Amino acid sequence: MDTLVQQTVNGLVLGSVYALVALGYTMVYGILQLINFAHGEVLMIGAMIALTVLQMLALYVPGIPLVIQLLIATLVAIPACMLLSAVIERIAYRPLRNSPRLAPLITAIGLSIILQTLAMMIWSPNPRVFPDLLPTTPLEFAGALLAPKQLLILVVAGLAMLGLLLLVHRTRLGRAMRAVSENPKIASLMGVNPDHIITATFILGAGLAAIAGVLVAMNYNIVHFTMGFLLGLKAFTAAVLGGIGNLAGAVVGGLLLGIIESLGAGYVGDLTGGFLGSHYQDIFAFAVLILVLVFRPSGLLGERIADRA
Amino acid sequence: MSQLPSRKFTVPNAGLLCLSAITVSLVACSPKDSSVKIGHVAPLTGSIAHLGKDNEAGAKLAIADLNKAGVKIGGSPVTFTLLSEDDSADPKQGTAAAQKLVDAKVAGVIGHLNSGTTIPASKLYSDAGIPQISPSATNPKYTLQGYKTAFRVVANDAQLGGTLGRYAVQELKGKNIAVIDDRTAYGQGVADEFVKGVESAGGKVIDRQFTTDKATDFMSILTAIRGKKPDIVFYGGMDAVAGPMLRQMDQLKITAKFMGGDGICTSELPTLAGKATGNNKIFCAEAGGVVGAYEKKLADFRDRFQKETGAEVKLYAPYVYDATMVMVEAMKKANSTDPKKYLPELAKIQYDGVTGPIAFDANGDIKGGTLTLYTFRNGKRESLSVIQ
Repeated sequence: MDTLVQQTVNGLVLGSVYALVALGYTMVYGILQLINFAHGEVLMIGAMIALTVLQMLALYVPGIPLVIQLLIATLVAIPACMLLSAVIERIAYRPLRNSPRLAPLITAIGLSIILQTLAMMIWSPNPRVFPDLLPTTPLEFAGALLAPKQLLILVVAGLAMLGLLLLVHRTRLGRAMRAVSENPKIASLMGVNPDHIITATFILGAGLAAIAGVLVAMNYNIVHFTMGFLLGLKAFTAAVLGGIGNLAGAVVGGLLLGIIESLGAGYVGDLTGGFLGSHYQDIFAFAVLILVLVFRPSGLLGERIADRA
Repeated sequence: MSQLPSRKFTVPNAGLLCLSAITVSLVACSPKDSSVKIGHVAPLTGSIAHLGKDNEAGAKLAIADLNKAGVKIGGSPVTFTLLSEDDSADPKQGTAAAQKLVDAKVAGVIGHLNSGTTIPASKLYSDAGIPQISPSATNPKYTLQGYKTAFRVVANDAQLGGTLGRYAVQELKGKNIAVIDDRTAYGQGVADEFVKGVESAGGKVIDRQFTTDKATDFMSILTAIRGKKPDIVFYGGMDAVAGPMLRQMDQLKITAKFMGGDGICTSELPTLAGKATGNNKIFCAEAGGVVGAYEKKLADFRDRFQKETGAEVKLYAPYVYDATMVMVEAMKKANSTDPKKYLPELAKIQYDGVTGPIAFDANGDIKGGTLTLYTFRNGKRESLSVIQ
């Protein structure tokens, strides 16, 4: 029983990270129908910058409380990622806005490789240790152990999703975003500048990626130039599972994927009598993805985006 | 080592010349003596050149000792010359160096240093029928290709896993042992052998879980393992994964001991695992090490090595020395330097080297190769014991 509760908690934490990253994918997709494959790399660069800030703080202004250090590192990583993302959008995506849909997809993959290589050159190809900034003594909930940093992930992911939903549905910017998403030409006739809105979307997504990057680095105590790739792929899967383009869908998809993966990895060995090992955990996640897409092609909460393609 | 071209050596004192000028070709030595060429390959350039030079120095010392002692094979005195090649630890250069030695018709080869260069080169030596003894390549595959010419004088990764498995049951008194590996050739190989070792010692592997060499989240496999209450967790893989894994074990309050092969046995591990490194909690092993009377023998060798070469033994030099000696011993037994004739003798040799007794099994692996066991205390790696 304890194991089941613990596996669910593990899944929720993993899923929250997926959800946070998936929000970035789904926002850009909702507006541009572009899969921003460089999103995972923006996350990685956010983590790298946060680590550099922490190292500089330790070197030049030692003695700052750890929680404050974490805040400073995150607050530096967020604008840095926003700037990076705005530059990416300007030089790699905007010139291709009206070209066939494959073209920006390819530049996105290219950018992802370039960013990884740059990070490898700047921050070395070796895995680097991200320090513990929160107390490490795990808390106990209903027989499951939860480290404070994992609790933080749950809280931050929840807040980010809530904030984003409010922003999209309750503010002028959000309304403009929805308008551009529905039809950029008509939106521009109504006095909305689609370029500004698209840049704003990228910047918002990058902010979320920076936060996710710091949380992931803190959770696993390790940063590496390839850390964004697999995470990005999983988060993208989560976005598709929930219905790409739909914010609530990204969160549902992320949490679901996390829990399926966690339970899958935990029980697949015992369930199949050792025939399949825990390295087959992804089978469950992707089997669910296929089933969902067969019966609901636009994802769990997806809208009928096929009309626009 | 003389850098002069061989042609200049027209002085009749051939024995001395062959001893000093290791790159000198056969012609330079007096044709009346029968001279035997032995090849040596290691990375003499590149990032582990210091280890390659260490190996080369070991081989040179062995050749010098042999020539000083005066070896008679087939009734007539023999001088040995060393043809030393550089492979930069690169598989492509490794095969090129091997081809060069094959073309030079060496009687045998000591090397290479890395598994990555030793394995591809071994085919060339096998095709040419030239015996090869690696002093340091530990990948099991090297001797499993069915080549009669491939030998090694250190324990391989499979022996390492098996020994660790028996150690877990016999010394650490492990009752419930869980095994994780990263599904790479190395990780899976070490883990499989560990499981065999545990079972042969009467222990029980209660769970087997898998991850990848790129993963960072092990919470679910660790939770699954925790449910089975292990007292030892073995991980087959590298330190970059073991570090976060150890931290997550702490997070889940798994207090089991942690074991692994040489992949996790690095000075980096305490940094990667942080507080989770603990004291006397992690046990890992590396190939090599001596016990009992051989401790003195090896210490004496190290002193002499320092005196004669002006450098300390870095890593494998004693193994290179022994490999060379074993090869010549087989030639003496067969009374021939012809690879075809002395190869069967090499396969059944019994030799007492500076690193311990040397004999080969059917594959060409050393019998009862030793390992050194380490633990981590206060963030530092400390050697615990040498086991067989």
